[in-house]
Amino acid sequence: MELYQKTAANLSLMLQKKEVSSVEVVQSFLDRIELVEPHVKAFITHTPLIALETASAVDKKRLLGEDLHPLAGVPIAIKDNLCTAGLRTTCASRILENFIPPYDATVVEAIKRAGMPLLGKTNMDEFAMGSSTENSAFFSTANPWNLDKVPGGSSGGSAAAVSTGMAPLALGSDTGGSIRQPASFCGLIGLRPTYGRVSRYGLIAFASSLDQIGPLSLTAHDSALLMDVVAGYDPLDSTSLPEAVPDYAAGLEGEIKKLRVGVIKQNLADGFNPEVKAAVLKLVALLGANGAEIDEISLPLADYGLGAYYLIAPSEASSNLGRYDGVRYGYNAGGDNIEVMFSRTRGEGFGPEVKRRIIIGTYALSAGYYDAYYLQAMKVRTLIRRDYEAAFKKFDLLVGATTPTPAFNIGEKADDPLQMYLSDICNINDALAGVPSLSVPSGIDSCGLPLGMQMTAPPSREGLLLKIAGFLEQKRDPFPLRPRVKLSEGGEL
Amino acid sequence: MKYEVAIGLEIHLELQTKSKLFCGCSTTFGREPNVNCCPICLGLPGTLPVFNRRAIELAVTAAIALNSAVSDQSRFDRKNYHYPDLPKAYQISQYEQPLARGGFLEIESEQSFKKIKLERVHLEEEAGKLIHSGSSILGSEYSLVDYNRAGIPLLEIVTAPDIRSGREARLFLEDLRLLLLYTGASDCKMEEGSLRCDANISLRPSGLSSLGTKTEVKNMNSFRAVETALNFEAKRQEAILKAGGSIAQETCHWDEAKKETIPLRGKEGSSDYRYFPEPDLLPLTLDRALIQNISEQLPELPLQRRTRLKQQYGLEAGEAGLFTENRALGDFFESAAEEYSNYRSLAKWVRGDLLYQIRESGKPVEEIQPKQLIELLTLLDQETINRPVAKELLSEMVKSGKGPKELVKEQGLERVSGREKLMPLVERVVAENPAVVEKYLQGKDKAISFLVGRVMALTGGRADPGEINKLLKEKISQ
Repeated sequence: MELYQKTAANLSLMLQKKEVSSVEVVQSFLDRIELVEPHVKAFITHTPLIALETASAVDKKRLLGEDLHPLAGVPIAIKDNLCTAGLRTTCASRILENFIPPYDATVVEAIKRAGMPLLGKTNMDEFAMGSSTENSAFFSTANPWNLDKVPGGSSGGSAAAVSTGMAPLALGSDTGGSIRQPASFCGLIGLRPTYGRVSRYGLIAFASSLDQIGPLSLTAHDSALLMDVVAGYDPLDSTSLPEAVPDYAAGLEGEIKKLRVGVIKQNLADGFNPEVKAAVLKLVALLGANGAEIDEISLPLADYGLGAYYLIAPSEASSNLGRYDGVRYGYNAGGDNIEVMFSRTRGEGFGPEVKRRIIIGTYALSAGYYDAYYLQAMKVRTLIRRDYEAAFKKFDLLVGATTPTPAFNIGEKADDPLQMYLSDICNINDALAGVPSLSVPSGIDSCGLPLGMQMTAPPSREGLLLKIAGFLEQKRDPFPLRPRVKLSEGGEL
Repeated sequence: MKYEVAIGLEIHLELQTKSKLFCGCSTTFGREPNVNCCPICLGLPGTLPVFNRRAIELAVTAAIALNSAVSDQSRFDRKNYHYPDLPKAYQISQYEQPLARGGFLEIESEQSFKKIKLERVHLEEEAGKLIHSGSSILGSEYSLVDYNRAGIPLLEIVTAPDIRSGREARLFLEDLRLLLLYTGASDCKMEEGSLRCDANISLRPSGLSSLGTKTEVKNMNSFRAVETALNFEAKRQEAILKAGGSIAQETCHWDEAKKETIPLRGKEGSSDYRYFPEPDLLPLTLDRALIQNISEQLPELPLQRRTRLKQQYGLEAGEAGLFTENRALGDFFESAAEEYSNYRSLAKWVRGDLLYQIRESGKPVEEIQPKQLIELLTLLDQETINRPVAKELLSEMVKSGKGPKELVKEQGLERVSGREKLMPLVERVVAENPAVVEKYLQGKDKAISFLVGRVMALTGGRADPGEINKLLKEKISQ
């Protein structure tokens, strides 16, 4: 087995035992990137030199016997909406194509402190608005399981990178499904933590009240290790949770107490792909066979979530994206006066989906419409939160499909925004409620595409999600976790 | 028809904090452009705001001093608009749930007190500043932006339309300024832009309670400008109404050079700021104990001080006013009054000669020791020195910082008094000026002043003219 095929946990052990150096590990991933990247296109910016530098520094420290973080020397890829000091951060947008932040996001500081070599910044939908990574201003990313399919989005680059072994771990961001949906499409663990669990400082905002950073990885253990690096209170983020963070990796050990599992009716609805549903039910049955109490639950307001989300998120986005005007940084189209400069810069700098959402949001916040749209959506959000509170009085865990279908074809939904929005239908309510939610691989369908099950826990219980995902990894019938990347010209990687 | 003027003011004050409202940048005024900046106040992508607790405390202090009801929970909203000086394209402000509601400021106008009611007091952030290449924005080739100011905490105070004249508006602002100086919330320097004021003004037929159509007056850069601009605008509106016209709701620009308000016709569309709750900040919860604590630690406020000074020391209204406006001078007076009980005399000296000497020398009153003035007044009371010498000594004292006793000794300024010292001088002057003595004897009473002056000159001005007068009359009548 090559180094790039190993899990982060495995690599961590090998490094700690000095069976391998970090430079060797990084080199293995760089070689893999060279081979696979031209076909998958997961990265916007490659940082091989930064990765090798960090790796060799970590190796030196290890030789000197210094105390190192368990993930020291284990490389990582991060989504290109996380600010990196001195390194271009584009948000996959023309408007930030040449933006070099002067500061690191809190999570970037954390991975640097842990000594994790950065392999590069991954592709995404522009400003994280999309479900297929087709909205990147630069190029689309392919699904490694089938290069004609989308990897999901908006964290599609991060998902594709981990899935193909171009990185053992990645960070993504999830506003309404942007970690879980691509994790499901690429056969990975993808965790959206509780809102506030991971600092948003340095995450380029899409919708501030919904954005959360989280890990994508091959196994639950790997995500737990990465959560141990990035989770925790940050005085720079007023919405970050002050409570202490558990040791997620250590939390994977031990018995699972008797679980009460609620199967969300709406997330296994009639129109859903039968193979998706069957795979979820198989895992649910496995939980049942291991002592969990299973029952069905209907979230009364679930059907209103999508509508509320597509008012709240664009409203916040319309405000968050106002700052891209060419005055201080980023793209500037010029113009004879300020109005012309503003409109040309924004007109040329933003892609169509971003413009669509800015317009929706601007409309929803306008005087005379605010009460009917934004305010109404916020009321729905409150009621959805209450639905969850009520549900978690009866259940420890809510489950359902992560997505209604497996990965769809590139171009299939690109011209139909509503169909695209519906691909996040199972992910949005958790985001509105601010509760932690995780996608765990549930099988492979008859076309060879991965499927996922979404599990949702009460606030701050992401540890439980990781633990159960780890349990399922051990107990479920085995299926391949990594694709063979089949090239159209023949052959596979 | 007689009209009544209704003016409401909207005042913006920079709070006197060391750092900005949502980041750690310095608030120092007058530094070179764009040095008091960081990724947060420049609104760089991904940055987030964090409250400055000190700004909140100062805002609460100001609100309490203004008798405004501080809310346990208030909220911040985004006010969205595009302008180059606004780094995030929204200003973090308070819209639906301000920091405090209601309140009033009592002003003294034409010898009577009047309460000007307040609508609200809220906290927001400053924008940056545009510097145009030309003399004005029109015809300017380019503009530069300075973000040093962006993010400085700003307090907005909105009054009810209770103000009836430009003069009242000015009095209100003067009293507001003094109040906020006392609380330490703001330095209120209109020339540095740390206090700014816009006004809404309308006219209505006297006796009517509903308001007429208002105009908004902007660009008033001094208290005097506020007074003249609003008086001008009231007259302008009155002329239109008397001619049977109607007022257009619009914004007027005060032109300081032309001394007139110029309507900016068609420039103002109705702005839609698309306010919504700021998702990057939690609602601001103020615990009752904090509000109570700030309330208890509030210093004595100007109105209370004025009243107390009158009662405690029997000061005249003007003196009490001066010692309130010039807080340091008032503090000096009070400190001296602890050990000198002739308050009337003390007050006269402090507001008169001392204040004059301070202004002349440019020395701050804080550097002058109250006990030196007491020493001086005591020398005068004991008739060791006379009044002209005392005045001269005060000047020396302020300049050199030396004590009066020391100066008296140094310069031999003790008063010349007593028959045995003065009589020989009186005799000499009488002998040397027989013609003047003759005039006096013929009934020209004023002639004696000349003789008094001669004797005074011989003592180097150190004698008491009354005593000399007495001795002269005694000598001449012999």
